[in-house]
Amino acid sequence: MIVEFLSQPWPWYTSGAVIALVMVLLLFFGKSFGFSSNLRVICAACGAGKHVKFFDFDWRSQLWNLLFLLGAIIGGLISSEFLAGDDAVQISQATIQDLSVLGISAPDDLQPEEIFSLDALFTVRGFLILLIGGFMIGFGSRYAGGCTSGHAISGLSNLQLPSLIAVIGFFIGGLITTWVLLPLIF
Amino acid sequence: MKGLKYILAGILFGIVMSKSEAISWFRIQEMFRFQSFHMYGIIGTAVILGTLVTYIIKKYKLRDYQGNPIVFTPKEKSVPRYLIGGTIFGLGWALTGACPGPLFVNIGHGYWAFLVAVGGALAGTYFYGLIREKLPH
Repeated sequence: MIVEFLSQPWPWYTSGAVIALVMVLLLFFGKSFGFSSNLRVICAACGAGKHVKFFDFDWRSQLWNLLFLLGAIIGGLISSEFLAGDDAVQISQATIQDLSVLGISAPDDLQPEEIFSLDALFTVRGFLILLIGGFMIGFGSRYAGGCTSGHAISGLSNLQLPSLIAVIGFFIGGLITTWVLLPLIF
Repeated sequence: MKGLKYILAGILFGIVMSKSEAISWFRIQEMFRFQSFHMYGIIGTAVILGTLVTYIIKKYKLRDYQGNPIVFTPKEKSVPRYLIGGTIFGLGWALTGACPGPLFVNIGHGYWAFLVAVGGALAGTYFYGLIREKLPH
């Protein structure tokens, strides 16, 4: 019964509350919620500190964040293996219409086949979308000193003006991709 | 095991991101097209509750589980760093429909294509470290 209940898509207010809870848990563990730092920690753990000063720090002190990352992967696995509903993402009709103009069909899963299936990945366009998209995420979040968790959740909760500026940047970039780049790519 | 609590917190995060569909490219598109309240509701609820708890922690000088004061480090003041860096991040966020957390949650979900995006994100982070002295901060 409980699994059936949890398998439904969760409403936004439950999700917002649980994300705030995760942030608070980490604060009471004596840490702070910021996911993108992990990318720097992984670079450091792979030995990037030998060549680049930015990665020359005691990454082992950040092991807790890598464990959090590991948990996030397990959380995704649990959701898909044990809590998966059979329903497609219920996005608005307007979005479905807009995306169909780009040649992306209505959701029958969490992610569009046209971008995330292995067939799409093994095309030049599909591969570059993910590689370049990822590159900008990594470069931009480190340049801005944080991502959605560090700035939009932790930073805004602490009423940090820099985080507000970063979040405005997130939206400028997101709107450019959505309205200018995607129509060029698809 | 001291690390277990971080894994459990991560699991909770992974499940909530999946079950709220916040890891879905479709939901991010819907957000950037202003065609649904869903993502704004998630971020808004988290920020309102987060602000409340942060305020309480500061007001009552609450301590963490080891008895140390909980400290919030103010972010350095700057505009170009947050605006330019943030914009570049946003370009990638809308393209892959995922921020750093969901990149990994999606891999747990079995969307292997995200491994390429993670590879890109690590390369981007490394490249930032390489040229950071030359960038306006």
